[in-house]
Amino acid sequence: MAGKRGNIIVRNHGKIERNVTLMAVLIAITISIGGLVEIVPLFTIKTTIEKVDGVRPYSPLELAGRNIYLREGCYTCHSQMIRPFRDEVLRYGPYSLAAESMFDHPFQWGSKRTGPDLARVGGKYSNAWHVQHMINPQSVEPGSVMPSYRHLMRPLKLKLIQAHLRANQAVGVPYTKAQVAAARGDLRAQADPEGEHDHDGLLKRYPKAVVADFDGNPAVLTEMDAVIAYMQILGRMVDFRKYKTKDLQQ
Amino acid sequence: MTTEREKDSVTGTETTGHEWDGIRELDTPPPSWLMWIFYLSIVFAAVYVVLYPAIPLGGSYTKGVLGYSSREALDVSMAQLRKAQGQYLVQINAKSPAEILKDPQLRTFAVRGGLVAFGDNCAACHNLGGTGRHAYPSLADDVWLWGGKPADIYATLKYGIRSGHDKTRTSAMLPFGTGQKMTEPQTADVAEYVLSLTKRSKDAAAVTRGAALYGRQCASCHGKSGGGDQKQGAPALNDQIWLYGGTKAEIIAQIVRPKMGVMPAWVDRLKDETLKMLSVYVHALGGGK
Repeated sequence: MAGKRGNIIVRNHGKIERNVTLMAVLIAITISIGGLVEIVPLFTIKTTIEKVDGVRPYSPLELAGRNIYLREGCYTCHSQMIRPFRDEVLRYGPYSLAAESMFDHPFQWGSKRTGPDLARVGGKYSNAWHVQHMINPQSVEPGSVMPSYRHLMRPLKLKLIQAHLRANQAVGVPYTKAQVAAARGDLRAQADPEGEHDHDGLLKRYPKAVVADFDGNPAVLTEMDAVIAYMQILGRMVDFRKYKTKDLQQ
Repeated sequence: MTTEREKDSVTGTETTGHEWDGIRELDTPPPSWLMWIFYLSIVFAAVYVVLYPAIPLGGSYTKGVLGYSSREALDVSMAQLRKAQGQYLVQINAKSPAEILKDPQLRTFAVRGGLVAFGDNCAACHNLGGTGRHAYPSLADDVWLWGGKPADIYATLKYGIRSGHDKTRTSAMLPFGTGQKMTEPQTADVAEYVLSLTKRSKDAAAVTRGAALYGRQCASCHGKSGGGDQKQGAPALNDQIWLYGGTKAEIIAQIVRPKMGVMPAWVDRLKDETLKMLSVYVHALGGGK
């Protein structure tokens, strides 16, 4: 295509190829343009988030569960993004909002559904069902190809929970000082409803958090407790009966 | 090295004007059909940008002349669905599950709608067709924990069982094996008595001992002859339906440290019309009272 009358860059490409400084400058310019196009919109991202009530940072136990969700690669089979299509809304519930994943670092929208979408799984099943399903998925879903996650019955590592909250703080999640200070107590309290804990404080800091002995073993705080606490909050923070489409303008 | 562009004598095509160690490269143009697809896709993109939302502008974006929004399109699509089902849904919303069951046309509609909702929401525990599984009761038989009338099923669906909802159905069996309530041999005696209710006991002496204990500790909920009590979700013990297993060991385990199932409340999750259709579907599975 590049004839004698080809464009100026093609005709002079020999010069660029022979002059390393010129080439470096031109590469820098090209990458800057691409970078600007990708990065600049991020500065205005807040304005694209719907204004809805209820979305809060994850409680320490939910956050620990979310970390395990990432570690186990759950997102490779489960999306957390209900698209605004009739079939999806009828099956899963209201479509996902940007606001609902604003405290997710990284978000878990996913791109593949080998298993069902989990964006609204919170409250859909009992804790006992989740435990049974994690240990032996085929016992409740005979056709499921999900592997067993029985290893989650091991104790949860507690030491780093405050650091996890602070790490999220560093990327913009509005955890308060009080939330960070209470993190270790909250972590235990959420999975031990009968124990001596500050449950009122936990629910004040994290409204709608499910307080329960998730895995049926109150003596040990397990990874299973954490993952199910995370499952049970998914999609429950926003009360969709309060909003119509026009309220959700981005 | 740059050389002159020249016509290759064999193919009649121009060379690129580059030479590498004596090798020159033909500048064969791509096939025209490919280039046309390329140009047309550029035109398509330009048209698309004009018609549809496309370019981010800080806090906003170009809306496009069609003013399309996927969320508004969903509203339209949902409205079409409601319009198609309109008459039925109006009636279902106006009537109680029992009244829906009496209207053959409405009943058929509700059973079909309930079937779909059941598959999406209930089958994970109660199994397809409501046949149940260990720890999750069958809904296809005529044995009910909390009542099998349409209104009972509707209430259970709405508020759940031990769901945490303010109006949830709830009850708790005491852990008789812990503390001072029953000794280990006593729990075995009671289990033997429970077995005798379905004529499966072989130890008459244990049954006699267990009967007295049963009368004192169990009969107030499960009934004198083990008939159960649907007001408090106490299962009947004189039938062949066992939620957590009916062997002696399983019965003892349930006396010592009872398992108590949880059903979520659906009132905040599903529409009232869906809950009514589900009630009708479950009732129509065969065991409705």
